[in-house]
Amino acid sequence: MPLIVLICVYAVSTLGLVLIPGVDDQGQVWRMDFFHAFYFVSFMGSTIGFGEVPYPFTPGQRMWTLVCIYATVIAWLYAIGSSLAILQDKGFLRLMRSRRFTQKVKALKEPFYLVCGYGTTGREVVLGLERRGIRSVVIDIRQERIDSVELEEWALPAYSLCADASLPDNLDMAGLQKSNCLGVLALTDRDNVNLAISIASKLVMPKRLVISRSENQVTTANLASFGTDLVIDPFKKFADYLGLAVRHPHQHLVIDWLLNPDHRPLSSIYKHAKGRWVLCGYGRFGRALANAMKSDETEITIIEPDATRAGERADWVKGVGTEAVTLTAARVADAVGIIAGTPDDADNLSILMTARQLNPKLTTVVRQNQAANKLMFDNSNADYVMQPGHTVAIQILAHLRTPLLGLFFDHLRQMDEVWSHTLINRISDAVGDTRVDSRSFVVGDEQTPAIAAAIRAGQTVNLRVLMKKPNDRTKELECFALLHKREAEVQLTPGELLELQLGDELLFCGQYADLKSQLWTLENHQTLSYILTGQNDNPNPVLRWIRSFNA
Amino acid sequence: MNREKVIFAFFIVLALTLNVGFVVGDVDNPAHHEVLELFFAIVVSLVCTVLKFGDRSHLGALMLATSLVADLQLIAAGAIWGYYAHIAAAGMTGDAMASVVSFAAGALVANIISVVLLVIETVLVRR
Repeated sequence: MPLIVLICVYAVSTLGLVLIPGVDDQGQVWRMDFFHAFYFVSFMGSTIGFGEVPYPFTPGQRMWTLVCIYATVIAWLYAIGSSLAILQDKGFLRLMRSRRFTQKVKALKEPFYLVCGYGTTGREVVLGLERRGIRSVVIDIRQERIDSVELEEWALPAYSLCADASLPDNLDMAGLQKSNCLGVLALTDRDNVNLAISIASKLVMPKRLVISRSENQVTTANLASFGTDLVIDPFKKFADYLGLAVRHPHQHLVIDWLLNPDHRPLSSIYKHAKGRWVLCGYGRFGRALANAMKSDETEITIIEPDATRAGERADWVKGVGTEAVTLTAARVADAVGIIAGTPDDADNLSILMTARQLNPKLTTVVRQNQAANKLMFDNSNADYVMQPGHTVAIQILAHLRTPLLGLFFDHLRQMDEVWSHTLINRISDAVGDTRVDSRSFVVGDEQTPAIAAAIRAGQTVNLRVLMKKPNDRTKELECFALLHKREAEVQLTPGELLELQLGDELLFCGQYADLKSQLWTLENHQTLSYILTGQNDNPNPVLRWIRSFNA
Repeated sequence: MNREKVIFAFFIVLALTLNVGFVVGDVDNPAHHEVLELFFAIVVSLVCTVLKFGDRSHLGALMLATSLVADLQLIAAGAIWGYYAHIAAAGMTGDAMASVVSFAAGALVANIISVVLLVIETVLVRR
């Protein structure tokens, strides 16, 4: 519309100048032609104004020019104004952003993960992936979160888009159908959105890895029914994790070491005191925690302001837990531990401090909800600070890095404390104070070409081979196998004499450097042959011929 | 009746009729070709182009393309006219007129396609 107005105003002005008779320098009647008229209107309309050319105007021409000046200036202002309005229009800006995003994703050649939902968990996962050199594409429905992605200073900046991830079109724009998309992580805080993302991903790309967050059992079952690779219920998962710390401290430590990059020292293990615990806050999280801690010798007293929630428990006190009165009523003085698990960080810290005054010997566990409050929690001297978002994030990252880890944990839970204690000592011997790393692989041409070739050639390769140093086979690598899987059969900490077969899956743990040098044995034929025979097998016939003289 | 459609069709047909009006006559005879008509043809053709913006259908893209071609041809014709009438020493000769008219004739073809497409669209939509 503004352009049409501009064209019309110019046309009428030019035409007017052509039609109105003028006078030339000799006093003759002279009509302006189109060329000069258009020239005049052009410089007049843009307010440049070279004057009355080629001859001074008659009063009639000047009158028309007066009209034209105002008409063209207004038309220009109108045209510029409305095009500026288009540029500032929210919808237009969004369109431009999503266009740029689509182009960037389309141009992406490297492998990436599609992360939907950029909350505490989402952010940690993206950060963890970035540290490992894998890019993420982030979708979140809230603009301020997307802004925070754009403000991060990462070597591999994540591509981000503010959009509703439950719409398949938006997922498609974010590269759902691209072959280099490694997996889809549905981490929004809405179950139905996560469900929609997982379904869309599994329908479009059935083999693609999908990890989804789910907060209730119906969704969890639904997600599992169509083959979602990992379903994580943050409340339940975290409650399990914490419940384990209280009931099976060694088992918990094994899991914690394998999951967490910076693990806690062996000495930090809980002195498992039998007795009663006080749990503040009985919402979704508190309930899951109470269920996880349900064991014969652990009694729980609940502190909860909402009677309708806590009514199902026999032993409960009404209140928040921040005042001494409530805590005394919950008999803090003779409890062994307190869990400050309300959704409010200030309340939790207050509970912690009050409770410690009443009973200094309490084991204290505090829940941290906001990542921004880290400083306060670091100085709170609590025995254990729990961050649900963080726990979920490291579990996801561990699953992405080492898929067999989850299977190992499932089996670990069935073992007793003594077994876990032995295992933790063994890991501790292997790694000392450095960080524990883990890696899983499948014996086959893709991941272990050297071993696959040796097995095909009829050689026996047992597990011990994988634990020798590639540069000196008399020495051992500081690593060992945690799990061996052959078809459906799973064995924990398999023995050194186990013979490998094609298709076996193995999970190793140990020092990062040692796991790295293990790759030589897995991938390099010469290294493997040296470890198997003690001699450097050279594939070059000339060199072999020369060596035969020496022998 | 849709007023928008009427205006749209009006301008497209007008662009064609003006164009025909200018081209008709001896190709090298300046007396047969009215400069005013060329001016109007250019203006209407520009308006048509703007009217065709924003339609993202395939047919819409085709119509926009024909309109752009017509603009280009007509503006070239106008520029040649301006050059011979005011800048070249020889003035408006028969040769110069012939090249102006041939450019305008090219625009005529584009305008005919434009109208044909308009008719096709109308037949397809039937509303």
